[in-house]
Amino acid sequence: MSSADTLEAPPPAAGGREAIIRIRDLAVGFGDRLVIDGLDLDVWRGEILGVVGASGTGKSVLLRTIIGLLQRRRGTIELFGTDLDKANPEESKAVERRWGVLFQQGALFSSLSVRENVQVPLREHAELSPDLLEEVAMLKLALVGLPPESASRMPSELSGGMIKRAALARALALDPEIVFLDEPTSGLDPISAQEFDQLILTLRETLGLTVFMVTHDLDSLAHACTRIAALGRGKLLAEGTLEVMKAATDPWLKAYFQGPRARGIFT
Amino acid sequence: MDAVIAEPELTSGTAGGERRLMLSGDWVVAHAEIMEVLAEDVRESQPAPRVTVDLGQLGRLDTVGALVLHRVCDFAATPEGKVEIEGGRPEQRALLSAIVRETEAAKMPPAPRTFFLVDWLALLGAGVARAGFEIVRWFAFLGAIVAAAGNLMLHPGRFRATSFVFHLEHVGFRAVPIIALISFLVGAIVAQQGIFQLRHFGATIFVVDLVGILTLRELGVLLTSIMVAGRSGSAFTAEIGSMKMREEIDALNVMALNPVEVLILPRLLALVVGLTMLSFISEIAALAGGGLVVWVYGGVTPEASLSRLKEAIDLTSFTVGMVKAPFMAIVIGVIAAIEGLEVEGSAESLGMRTTASVVKSIFMVIVLDGIFAVMFAALGL
Repeated sequence: MSSADTLEAPPPAAGGREAIIRIRDLAVGFGDRLVIDGLDLDVWRGEILGVVGASGTGKSVLLRTIIGLLQRRRGTIELFGTDLDKANPEESKAVERRWGVLFQQGALFSSLSVRENVQVPLREHAELSPDLLEEVAMLKLALVGLPPESASRMPSELSGGMIKRAALARALALDPEIVFLDEPTSGLDPISAQEFDQLILTLRETLGLTVFMVTHDLDSLAHACTRIAALGRGKLLAEGTLEVMKAATDPWLKAYFQGPRARGIFT
Repeated sequence: MDAVIAEPELTSGTAGGERRLMLSGDWVVAHAEIMEVLAEDVRESQPAPRVTVDLGQLGRLDTVGALVLHRVCDFAATPEGKVEIEGGRPEQRALLSAIVRETEAAKMPPAPRTFFLVDWLALLGAGVARAGFEIVRWFAFLGAIVAAAGNLMLHPGRFRATSFVFHLEHVGFRAVPIIALISFLVGAIVAQQGIFQLRHFGATIFVVDLVGILTLRELGVLLTSIMVAGRSGSAFTAEIGSMKMREEIDALNVMALNPVEVLILPRLLALVVGLTMLSFISEIAALAGGGLVVWVYGGVTPEASLSRLKEAIDLTSFTVGMVKAPFMAIVIGVIAAIEGLEVEGSAESLGMRTTASVVKSIFMVIVLDGIFAVMFAALGL
């Protein structure tokens, strides 16, 4: 979207790209075990980054650390050029309004209807008249492809795919610049998953989103992601386009991107 | 960040029947209030048959801004009027056309209009029907428990002893300190009030009768039941309710296990045994509290009050109290289980059911105590 050019001039990164997230030498651990140890990663504006890795390599840990739900042991994370650890409460609140998060199970508030769920961030962080609030909520639901009738349903009455869409609508409520998706297509049937990938691509076009997506879905990686980052042994094993990944020599990456399931999708 | 957002502005001009709207500044959610005022101004103005919207000076535009802009276009033009959009970056135009497309789809279905009296009658009817169904559910559930208990007697090996002992510890053993303390205090308070009143007649010694009979027949079991309903009934509802929420009850069903037998019977039995034992402890503690106050306030020695107590009460007073305990336990346990199984998907419903469980069990415990009082009076006990 147009936000990039009216922001205070961001430090132009290598190749004219602007880093929305800049992670340097990150370490996160539980007890005496470091799950992430010395990770460097940049997320560029406008890209759809897919983060892959075997179970237990800390993909979700990385996501939760970036959005501040987990404490880190070492290293720096800058979001929009701000280090959340050093920021004062106002600064970190301003950063929090510029991201949206889609949790794995949706994390919709179970006692609010779908429409009210989408309205929560708008009510808390913006001054809208009741009319406009309704309209914006209905528009967001339409943007993620939910029919108007579903607006007054409760989360417990929705199917898995609808929960993900409703949660995405809530994540998009404040027009964030970046959305974090934690396994957005897990638990969806292949058709819903494909529609969800398409939805992410469409939203990137219309809203100018940057997407940070933790996923296991090879289809998503092939069709939605513009860049892939593979985690392993606490570090970034490799990053690049799908072509780079397919040419990788690391045994795990080889098994992942050249295995029998991958061959059907990528060739 | 917020400091660099420019205030949205809208200038309007008319030339030769054509209206020209010029937008500038940032049309973003942070300025929703200002944008809405601008839109209202346009609504109050005279609509024109031809409108041109110039986005040339527009800074940022987000979905809320685009939605308001969509409104502005609607207000500015007459119903058959033409709106043209000029300038603007391609992504802004893409967003606007997406909004135009989606707002058509996003119209809320209008709520059906009804007459308030009809609504009220419908609510009343639904409430009565719900109450009726609840009674039916009660009896159905009681039947399910009896069936499961009967089945268990035929196959005693299937009884879940570990679960029973676990719940007995939580319902009974862990409640001993609080029940004993409360009963001791209530016994002491009753004795103190009794002394104040009976002292005028020089009948201080009869406070022992008062405390003894009141405690054994009514107070011990009633106090214990209310405490257990609040402590364990609520816990059972919350446990069973959250298991229901996470489909654990369904999992038991499909494994050919009866949830009533696995989850509810051990808890119910633990309540029956635990509440009966707690009632006994409560009675003893209340008698001790009363005895202490009678000694300190009333100057009656423990020997004297004990021998008075022996004359005042007999085994009947004790059994009349104790016989109520298992019934109280069953009422508490059944209500807790029913409410737990009624929990639906939301956190709110779990809270509501837990509250309902405690309120209903305390109410039913007191009603049941009244029924027993009437019954024992009729039997002359």
